Amino acid sequence: MTPIAPEHAVALAAVLFLLGLIGVLVRRNAIFVLMSLEIMINATGLAFVAAGAAWGQPDGQVMFLFILSMAAAEVSVGLALVLRMYSRFKTLDTDAADTMRG
Amino acid sequence: MTVIFYLSAIIAVAATFLAITRTNAVHALLYLAVSLLAVAMVLFTLGAPFAAALEIVIYAGAIVVLFVFVVMMLNQGTATIRRERAYLTPSMWIVPGLLTLVLFAELVCVVAWVPEAAGAPAEAIGPKAVGMALFGPYAIAVEMASLLLLAGLIGAFHLGRRDEE
Repeated sequence: MTPIAPEHAVALAAVLFLLGLIGVLVRRNAIFVLMSLEIMINATGLAFVAAGAAWGQPDGQVMFLFILSMAAAEVSVGLALVLRMYSRFKTLDTDAADTMRG
Repeated sequence: MTVIFYLSAIIAVAATFLAITRTNAVHALLYLAVSLLAVAMVLFTLGAPFAAALEIVIYAGAIVVLFVFVVMMLNQGTATIRRERAYLTPSMWIVPGLLTLVLFAELVCVVAWVPEAAGAPAEAIGPKAVGMALFGPYAIAVEMASLLLLAGLIGAFHLGRRDEE
């Protein structure tokens, strides 16, 4: 019943974050980009909880809660943007929306 | 508990990798849900049961369902029914199913072990401590989070409206 080494938990968070970052950089489908963003946000939350557990303080979980609400707000706005993008460009390719007006 | 942590970590990494390499959004969402469940298990072994519960309720529950809704809304077409049948061929759900089965076995192990071990991980921080911190020193941050959620609600409502012109 030994406690988990916090380094390993933070390493797991780093690996998950890296996978999410690769997903954002490689995928061109807007839904996959949003999913990869969720993975990255989730990994940061995991890092906060791991740090909080390492010091035995509840603050890590409090930050996890805030990250959770931020992710919920982000995904609702992001998916609404995806719907708009699809109704306008008829595609989910992020490269289709690379020009700005003005 | 250490074995369960490493097993869940491996499942999380594998499911995340499979999620970002799928070409089909529904298959990727299946793997994403498995990955989030595995991370919830990791959070539990780290001594954060409240965060683990919220991970399942909000991430694997609300956010993944939101993704599924959007994928469904974008899938309108004549070929939809045929495609939906193709979503659930055995080769597609058997791997996420197996990973989830391993997670379920871990859950059973944890639930079976907890009473003798007197509190799952060595020093679990329960919901009470989190709540005391949340509505004590962090009360203003709670207000800010509520403002953020309101802004997200208004933004999603505004962007989701149909064009009138």
